[in-house]
Amino acid sequence: MTNRTKRRLWRVAFYVLVAFIIVYTVFPFYWAIVSSLKAGSALFQVDFIPPEPAWDNYASVFREQPFARNIMNSVIVSSVSVVLSLFLAVTAAYALGRVKFKGRGALLLIVLGVSMFPQVAVLSGMYELVGALDLYNTLGSLILSYMIFTLPFTVWVLTTFMRDLPTELEEAATVDGATPWQIIIKVFMPLMGPALATTGLLAFIAAWNEFLFALTFILSNDTRTVPVAIALITGGSQFESPWGNIMAASVIVTVPLIVLVLIFQRKIVSGLTAGAVKG
Amino acid sequence: MTDHAATASPVAAVGRAAPPRGSSLTRQRVRAAWTFLLPMIVVLSLVAGWPLLSTMYLSFTNAFLGGTAEARFVGFQNYAFYGPNLRDWDDEFGGFFVTYESVETGAAVDLLYEPDSRVFFDFDTEEDIDNFDTSQTVPYLADDGRWILVPLDGGTGATALSPYEGEIDTSAVFSWQGVLADAQWWRSVWNTIWFSVISVTLELVLGLAIALILNANMPGRGLLRAAVLIPWAIPTIVSAQMWGWMLNDQYGVINEIMLWAGLISERMAWTANPSTALPAVIAVDVWKTTPFMALLILAALQLLPGEIYEAGKVDGIHPVRMFFKVTLPLIRPAVMVAVIFRALDALRIFDLIYVLTSNSRDTMSMSIYARQQLVDFQNVGFGSAASTVLFVIIATFTVLYIVLGKVNFDGGR
Repeated sequence: MTNRTKRRLWRVAFYVLVAFIIVYTVFPFYWAIVSSLKAGSALFQVDFIPPEPAWDNYASVFREQPFARNIMNSVIVSSVSVVLSLFLAVTAAYALGRVKFKGRGALLLIVLGVSMFPQVAVLSGMYELVGALDLYNTLGSLILSYMIFTLPFTVWVLTTFMRDLPTELEEAATVDGATPWQIIIKVFMPLMGPALATTGLLAFIAAWNEFLFALTFILSNDTRTVPVAIALITGGSQFESPWGNIMAASVIVTVPLIVLVLIFQRKIVSGLTAGAVKG
Repeated sequence: MTDHAATASPVAAVGRAAPPRGSSLTRQRVRAAWTFLLPMIVVLSLVAGWPLLSTMYLSFTNAFLGGTAEARFVGFQNYAFYGPNLRDWDDEFGGFFVTYESVETGAAVDLLYEPDSRVFFDFDTEEDIDNFDTSQTVPYLADDGRWILVPLDGGTGATALSPYEGEIDTSAVFSWQGVLADAQWWRSVWNTIWFSVISVTLELVLGLAIALILNANMPGRGLLRAAVLIPWAIPTIVSAQMWGWMLNDQYGVINEIMLWAGLISERMAWTANPSTALPAVIAVDVWKTTPFMALLILAALQLLPGEIYEAGKVDGIHPVRMFFKVTLPLIRPAVMVAVIFRALDALRIFDLIYVLTSNSRDTMSMSIYARQQLVDFQNVGFGSAASTVLFVIIATFTVLYIVLGKVNFDGGR
């Protein structure tokens, strides 16, 4: 009997711990949602459920700054740099994952090294490059500079996927006289769908979240991406930030990401393991 | 274990599945491989190699953002330099403008310090001359030891300065300068290291705990995993703002809860107070990145064969002992990879600190220091030097990772 009570107590303690973890991980975002729904002075009252939910903050985010434009900018920059990276990475990953040649190990190490680059280490050089290409204060500057992390990441992860595909497929295709290009397009591409989706999604999230380059290379409100727009939201008063607007903007850009991540959660875990990507 | 190690490093697999050497098919494949790699290599050189090299080059110049003068090569001056104030450089005079209070007379004299010949020239000796080398376009040292200031507008008359004749106490005009002599830089290094060590340690401990819970066979596991993924999915800037609001000094919910629980007696300005700013930043980072750690550790745990634990149960080994003697050694390589990745990431932290505490000295990281010099102070040469030092520090860690990683992967084979 005592043994059973003990076990029961352990069980309760365990579930209390689990509940605590869930509250710890979920509460900050829940609080952001609650705050975003409080209009006016209600924001400054501590109510864990908004007494009168209002959408005022959401309306004013779009009214007071070009937030729709910012979202578009982020979508454009992230998609273009990810698509370009995937395009370059598929052939490179085939070469690195399936062909044995001199210098392959060194190349892979360089790719891994670049993916761990501190971005500030290239900031002034990138600034010069952006200026030389006349891209300052344009989305092009961000597409260009984001390739520094999206490209090595996609190459690295796709290489691990390519390498794990069975050799027999390729051998059979080679016997049938297929060229390496045909092998990539006709044999591997159809198998790579899920891998491309996962890698693309992770690279997209990384580009979507980038802050340093976006803060440095973009000057005007209309060209800003979402993270910089959210970081720089200011209201009428210079003493207190418009927290309601900031929380509304945060919820708007985070909900789609959370939905995507929850849909793809299993794939994301395997992609993370392969690339150990920055969160 | 081996499977996981292989997933984490394509490098480890270089030695396998080699077709017979030297056949024409092999050569054709290798040629195709290089053709396939070429576009990637070109783009990577353009967006990574070139900016990195030009940042390193700029760190050896006195480049200024928006400066009109051509950047001058200054050697290691931006890193460490014992001499007159670097900001007193004058392009037209080709030297440092120095005001020196004479030891003998106590009067202030205007001098020009020329760093190559290490001579002080006296502006009081300024005289117009016309016998100068007209092929010179920059100030130069004449054979008689005078400093010749050539006319920039191409005129016919030049000016000569003679060396200062009095004694100069160099300790009064010279000082140590450069990134490596800047106390604020070392403070940023210390902040960054402190931040990285504490946050990665906490993330490891919490991540391990969450991974073990997720690995336990219990109802509602999916819910917990989904909950854990949420902080990871939230953009860093958004989590910084969310926590900034929660930690707000007047209306923040954290103050309310802690007041209610009796943990604090008055509202705290968590992110502005020098003693709580860095801990606050660490707390937010731990919240944001523990899921990453937990998921990587969970992936390793799930690869462990269940038989070991059944055998342990049969032998009556205590679960805690089992954890330290069996589980931990087995997942160690995967945990090492996760820890080093996180450490590299923490060492370059920028966005979270920038949004939570702005350019505050108490929390300034190396990346924030470098960017402040580059962009806010427009001191490109100096900021590039800071960036380069940061790069060297992180490159050292990366090499460490690759070496350690290889050892582990080979050991698992």
